[in-house]
Amino acid sequence: MTLDTALWFAVTYAQLALALAACLAAVRILIGPRAEDRVLGLDALYVAVMLLFIVTGLRLGTPFLFEAALVIAVAGFVSNVALAKFLMRGEVIE
Amino acid sequence: MTRLLPHPLLSLGLLLLWLVLTRFSLGHLVLGSVIALGAGLVFARLEPAVPRRRRVWPLLRLAGIVAVDIVRSNLAVAWLILSDGRNRRSGFVEIPLRLQDPGALALLALILTATPGTAWLEHDRATGVLLLHVFDLKDPEEWRVLIRDRYEALLLEAFG
Amino acid sequence: MTGLETLPPGLAVAVAGLLVLGSTLTLLGAVGLVRLRSFYDRIHAPTLGTSWGAASILLASILVWSWAEDRTVAHELVIGVFLMVTTPVTLMLIGRAALHRSRSAGEAPEDET
Repeated sequence: MTLDTALWFAVTYAQLALALAACLAAVRILIGPRAEDRVLGLDALYVAVMLLFIVTGLRLGTPFLFEAALVIAVAGFVSNVALAKFLMRGEVIE
Repeated sequence: MTRLLPHPLLSLGLLLLWLVLTRFSLGHLVLGSVIALGAGLVFARLEPAVPRRRRVWPLLRLAGIVAVDIVRSNLAVAWLILSDGRNRRSGFVEIPLRLQDPGALALLALILTATPGTAWLEHDRATGVLLLHVFDLKDPEEWRVLIRDRYEALLLEAFG
Repeated sequence: MTGLETLPPGLAVAVAGLLVLGSTLTLLGAVGLVRLRSFYDRIHAPTLGTSWGAASILLASILVWSWAEDRTVAHELVIGVFLMVTTPVTLMLIGRAALHRSRSAGEAPEDET
């Protein structure tokens, strides 16, 4: 096994592992059971997909996917904070 | 000088961020500086209290300790998830904190949450008691001592 | 694989190792997220992916890009710092929301199994 194929396997493995991680996070979003679990799953999903973008960008050799990863990171943070805040405040009024 | 640059660290950080995200050139330097200065002025309106001077050396030592701890607890938590530890007990710990400074508290919250195995849940401002959730809890007293001596002491030194 | 093929052997080994380590840690975090039984246990799981999982993948990316473009690309540092600062905020808010919700539902969070 040459070094090139080893690197190829490493990148492919990383992509598969991160895709699987995203799927597992999606499972947690689907099964819940509480709303907090779903937000937590969404947070993990965002991180896994962002890392997947970076690894894919490495493989394809384009820097553009990096910008997408940055946008995902920012959007993920803002949406999760908003959701968590809603869980806290939405119930107070109820 | 202080009126034009109320938050020098924030402005410098923003300028560096701008230069890192674009390619370095004179135009971007000027544009980034203008944005950084503007953001500093806006931030001064929002949050008038400029953080006090802090000592850098304890913070650097803290950063080193935290980096080591994050690696160690990563391995520990990964192993616990893999081995599905039946005799693992997680639980809540109430920790009285001596820290008062909001910046220092924020830093401690960041450290504890970024380290796998501990999650900062709630801090009562009036009593200074922190509610922490620990993934692998053996002895609550051990955690109180660990946080007091390992992190809080350095933070008190830096922000004190 | 434009940048990856031209990597010198030492760098290639480092990049491969970092990628495998980082993605494995992220995957383990996701496994924990699904397998752990109580919510307050699950809140610990994603930190695996956001602390060393993300750090080692970003480090691999820094190595490859600085080699390929012959300049140090600090873009990844921005993502790294951003993740470092934002993950605790999100997790803390989710944790507090959970505490708040179980308290207003009249159950003590300590009873969770």
